[in-house]
Amino acid sequence: MSASVVVTGLGVAAPNGLGTKEFWSATCEGSSGIGRVTRFDPSGYPARLAGEVPGFVAEDHLPSRLIPQTDRMTRMALAAADWALADAGVDPGELPEFSMGVVTASSSGGFEFGQNELRKLWSLGSHHVSAYQSFAWFYAVNSGQISIRNGMKGPSGVVVSDQAGGLDAVAQARRQIRKGTRLVVSGAVDASICPWGWVAQLTSGRLSTSEEPDRAYLPFDRDARGHVPGEGGAILILEDAEAARERGARVYGEIAGYGATFDPRPGSGRGPGLRRAIEIALADAAVEPSQVDVVFADAAAVPDLDRIEAEAITAVFGARGVPVTAPKTMTGRLYSGGAPLDLAAALLAMTDGLIPPTVHIQPSPEYELDLVLDEPRAAPVRTALVLARGHGGFNSAVVVRAAGQDAA
Amino acid sequence: MATEAFTLDDLKAILLEAAGADEAVDLDGDILDTEFEALGYESLALLETGGRIERTYQISLDDDALTGAVTPRALIDVVNAQLSAATSA
Repeated sequence: MSASVVVTGLGVAAPNGLGTKEFWSATCEGSSGIGRVTRFDPSGYPARLAGEVPGFVAEDHLPSRLIPQTDRMTRMALAAADWALADAGVDPGELPEFSMGVVTASSSGGFEFGQNELRKLWSLGSHHVSAYQSFAWFYAVNSGQISIRNGMKGPSGVVVSDQAGGLDAVAQARRQIRKGTRLVVSGAVDASICPWGWVAQLTSGRLSTSEEPDRAYLPFDRDARGHVPGEGGAILILEDAEAARERGARVYGEIAGYGATFDPRPGSGRGPGLRRAIEIALADAAVEPSQVDVVFADAAAVPDLDRIEAEAITAVFGARGVPVTAPKTMTGRLYSGGAPLDLAAALLAMTDGLIPPTVHIQPSPEYELDLVLDEPRAAPVRTALVLARGHGGFNSAVVVRAAGQDAA
Repeated sequence: MATEAFTLDDLKAILLEAAGADEAVDLDGDILDTEFEALGYESLALLETGGRIERTYQISLDDDALTGAVTPRALIDVVNAQLSAATSA
């Protein structure tokens, strides 16, 4: 049997709350962080709403050496990693450096940093481009900077599969722990609310152009019209369960199962892969559908994608067979940061016996889902399923299980 | 040459802008002959610093001269040599 891998620390930077406590209380209150873009003037763009992380001042959290060389996403990732390590009660300086790794996800890299340097390139010339552009934009930069800051030299890397990457990274972290690494910092933080990032995101054709914050991102609603982009995410500390127990760590829960599939080529006639990803994850966790207490949906808010997800959930769990929620209706879609934030929410739901709500939507009757709407629902949560899909066909599913509960 | 065109204070200002300062290091201390590495600046930080000096003073620093200048005093000398060469040219 493979070693159990548990989550012992959380660090959150979310549009509806900076910090785990702030995020969780806002999420349970149904408090949304979606509003008009403030990081640049969006008036010339078709999409104008975003979930921006409030009140993050990098200089308050990071040494001056790191400021000139980091994009906003990296600054938030570094701060969230600090908070997660502190939450886990881990001082990295006390552990062997090769026993700790960093595996995060990324979807686009440091767009804002890159945009500023490209602007200097065309307006001022190549001599004005920062030497730090060589890595500050790069997908792996959050993993690299977290590794350097905390002296973590064990197996490390980055996974790039859009929104699904947030789960794929956690699965890769679990693999590394099962191969013998004691602790891996995982999760993801993305932030590309800048004109260049915005234009890149618009090419997906999936951004909502609504200007009403409570009508813009409506998954599973008849008025679904695409998503609102957000920034932020969550960093998780993953540890070998035995090692965590030995040091007396508080355990949020276990990363009990993982499944990933890729959709078939369009026009192939074969069905989408999400259902199979769910089944693989449940089998990996040795969990029956009836044991799952809540599903955190991917919630694309694109009608075809909502239908595919609703059908996959009902195929596995039955019609209205399991509570389904999408607290990301309060943050927007955070790309690689979205699923780690959902994992954090799932683990906090276990702690508090409270399923956070989906806000702003009127569920379409065509979907046979038991959506948790507007108010949190009190319910024991022992096992949760988190779904995430990435643009281009990625489907990933992770089962998290409450601490101290073995496979059936 | 009467006055140095490029001083330690100039260098410190550019270092701070380019790369910040290590929390364990006092840049206001006697650092002229302390190696950059000990001051917490790795090669990339010095590359960025060199680039900013070139832009600010409109000079061109030779790559070898830049990498060979491992202390603030050595870098200041390299920059001043370039500046006086530019003036006399």
